[in-house]
Amino acid sequence: MALGSKRDTSKRDFKIVGTRPLRPDGIDKVTGRARYGADMSAPGMLVGLVLRSPHAHARIKSIDTSRAEALTGVHAVVTRADFGDVEDAATADTLDNCMAGAKALYDGHAVAAVAAASDAVAKQALKLIEVEYEPLPHVTDVDEAMAPGAPVLHEGRTDETVPQGMSANVISRCQFGHGDIEAGLAKADRVLKRTYRTEATHQGYIEPHACLASMGPDGQADLWCCTQGHYMVRNTCAAILGLEQGKLRVTASEIGGGFGGKTTVFLEPVALMLSKKAGRPVKMVMTRSEVLRATGPTASSSIDVRIGMTKDGRITAGFAELRYQGGAYPGSPVNMGAMSAFAPYDLENVRTIGWDVVTNRPRQAAYRAPGAPIAAFAVESAIDELAKGFGLDPLEVRLKNAAREGTRASYGPTYRAIGLEATLRTAKDHPHWTAPLGPNQGRGVACGFWFNFGGDTCVSLNITPDGTVTLTEGNPDIGGSRASMSMMAAEELGIPYDKVRTVIADTGSLGQNEVTDGSRVTFAVGLATIEAARAAKREMCRRAAKVWGIDEEAVVWEDGAAKPSGPNAGEFPPMTLEEIAAIASNTGGPIAGHFEVNAEGAGVSFATHMVDTEVDPETGAVRVLRYTVFQDAGKAVHPDYVEGQFQGGAAQGIGWALNEEYIYGEDGTLQNPGFLDYRIPVASDLPMIDTVILEIPNPGHPYGVRGVGETSIVPPLAAVANSVSDASGVRLTDLPLSPPKVLAAIQSR
Amino acid sequence: MSTPVPISLVVNGEAHDLVVPPRKLLSDVLREDLNLTGTHVGCEHGVCGACTILIDGRPARACLTYAVQLEGHELTTIEAVAEGDTLSPLQQALHEEHGLQCGFCTAGIVMTFEAYLRENPAPSEAEVRDVLSGNLCRCTGYQNIVTAVLKAAEAMRGGRGA
Repeated sequence: MALGSKRDTSKRDFKIVGTRPLRPDGIDKVTGRARYGADMSAPGMLVGLVLRSPHAHARIKSIDTSRAEALTGVHAVVTRADFGDVEDAATADTLDNCMAGAKALYDGHAVAAVAAASDAVAKQALKLIEVEYEPLPHVTDVDEAMAPGAPVLHEGRTDETVPQGMSANVISRCQFGHGDIEAGLAKADRVLKRTYRTEATHQGYIEPHACLASMGPDGQADLWCCTQGHYMVRNTCAAILGLEQGKLRVTASEIGGGFGGKTTVFLEPVALMLSKKAGRPVKMVMTRSEVLRATGPTASSSIDVRIGMTKDGRITAGFAELRYQGGAYPGSPVNMGAMSAFAPYDLENVRTIGWDVVTNRPRQAAYRAPGAPIAAFAVESAIDELAKGFGLDPLEVRLKNAAREGTRASYGPTYRAIGLEATLRTAKDHPHWTAPLGPNQGRGVACGFWFNFGGDTCVSLNITPDGTVTLTEGNPDIGGSRASMSMMAAEELGIPYDKVRTVIADTGSLGQNEVTDGSRVTFAVGLATIEAARAAKREMCRRAAKVWGIDEEAVVWEDGAAKPSGPNAGEFPPMTLEEIAAIASNTGGPIAGHFEVNAEGAGVSFATHMVDTEVDPETGAVRVLRYTVFQDAGKAVHPDYVEGQFQGGAAQGIGWALNEEYIYGEDGTLQNPGFLDYRIPVASDLPMIDTVILEIPNPGHPYGVRGVGETSIVPPLAAVANSVSDASGVRLTDLPLSPPKVLAAIQSR
Repeated sequence: MSTPVPISLVVNGEAHDLVVPPRKLLSDVLREDLNLTGTHVGCEHGVCGACTILIDGRPARACLTYAVQLEGHELTTIEAVAEGDTLSPLQQALHEEHGLQCGFCTAGIVMTFEAYLRENPAPSEAEVRDVLSGNLCRCTGYQNIVTAVLKAAEAMRGGRGA
């Protein structure tokens, strides 16, 4: 794809892109009309519930469902025995995660499910299912899981990258970098060596997982669910149930938050199987406890860092060894942690090693820039400590080492135009940087990087007979994409924003679409939208040429209308989109533009965050006083939404840094599966979060768009930790910075 | 299982005669028996505030209340806040100020502040943050919600704004 060649100049004047029109989903959401996962019903619908393992690790010796099946009002009971084998290893793991096979691998692992006439009957039925468990030793800590002799979850899953003799819980090893670490460290005036630890956190979307499945006896099925990717749901469920993809139609509901956690399936294959067995529609809705026990938390980690720095602040070498446990199955995001750890810097000598480890915890799911915030916490803390040790300005040190256009990234590629330096310089000039601090207060900064992605995308832009436009796309709107797509379509067509409505199609309406993840949608779906609009414009110019009886090359599209152009075009008044649409039937039929692409050219993005905190020396409690986000958006299509992404990422990062953690007991069960004990930030925990949008255009997008959703959670863990270290006078290396930990650190000062 | 009992519930000014199990939560009765799905359930233990409704004009968690307790009380849900096509000043401000992203927590926040702004028509930012701390939002960092509530308060006092 040579999309770059099609791009417009980044200096173009936009009429709609960059403005702040009202959101198209706002009224539905403030009036309660919007329909989320749990809001759909069907005639004859049954209630589906899941029975979950109370053990962290246990062999399932037998499951007797006969008493549950005999209960009046129970229409189906499902166990793993109802599902066939799945060939693909990752999909087989997904099935095993949705319904345990030989072993229950974590507290909360699904072992059976029922469909019944009511919630009360379904609950009673769960109690009648008799599961005989043989409890096994368990392990939930990443370092303990890697140790020889640790309880083993799976035999034979270790790949060829892992040296012989390691625990079978170590699944794979990855490595990135270039240069000679030892030679680089030898040139340093100081080499800092530290170990950092982070605990698992949950995405914490307020809407629990929910779906409504209906499968007919002919194998045709419909599924409604809250997901970040209904095409992924279709393909995964089809593979697990042995269905043809075209027979399963999935519709995405309005989504009540996802942050990466709704990029896989949990209930959906089970609901389809229950519906198949019961011959009735089945609705399943998780409780908050189920969400926390059995859906995607992040990895937890332990990371060793060695960084060498000269006394004037030049990094001579950077090394990190990252160990991430991703729960009970292979696939922690350690590779992305290892790739992104040093990505903001131009380094001669850099190496990262990542270890993917399994433990008796729920299978991790993506969480906003998966893997990167953890890695950035370690590296950005170490750089901060070195800078402070030399008495250097931490922003200056980062500027001195900052990656720029042409820098060979630590993970391989060479950067095109990037915005890290711009975020650092803007941060340095911002009044926040020089504002006075009081006693027990500190200031921290950190940088962050995210790749941003493209991927398979389809868009259909339909011109209606009255000249309004329906844009059909296949990515659930999680951060305002209906607004930004409508804006880009209107911009390209030269018509008002409110003439375009963007709808999210079901899986039957478009070809394959990648999940709403990787900050890909504004970039990739935007790119496809612009190209679809261009295709529609070409067709409308052809129609005008036909009416006028001139060559179609002699017609151009300007300000929402076809116009004759060039010496031999003749004199005709412009034909507007509405006029062309009204006579489309007589000039060749309906008009639509569509575009299908595996979008390449996503632009990486960088951010610098600055945060002031105050530490209470009596209790160890940390208060966040002031927070400023500086991030490169490429081009902010709808700045309100961009600022919202910056603020939301910062708020989640503050929670990760200060409050949130998965706490496991000695028995391997989760001790805090509720919002009371798993505490996400509330309004009084946070200050106003100031935002500065920078626009360094992405050369790979027609309007210069980069993704913005994920980079914003990468710096806050380190920025907060650096700030707390500044305020308390003691370096903190173990997240979260909960009051007891901070107090202990202050007292040992 | 206990036997369902007949109850009469007044919701959004309309009387409903229902037969519900005594232990059925108000949130489930509203959503399942009355199809008022604008009241969302996020945690079932009174922490997230997404299910907040008004009982006799005061905010309450529908997930911590049994429907059978509410015979003789007036209930108001998100569906009755706008008057026809006219949004309340608070709804309008949330819409205009980008005071929501996914919108799942929004109904609970609207119900909390419809009541609070009647009680305190001129709150400070700190007071808004304090009251808002009973409602969890994971998307926004709360900033635009605070801004929207302050703007709505001003509009309701007759100032400019929404």
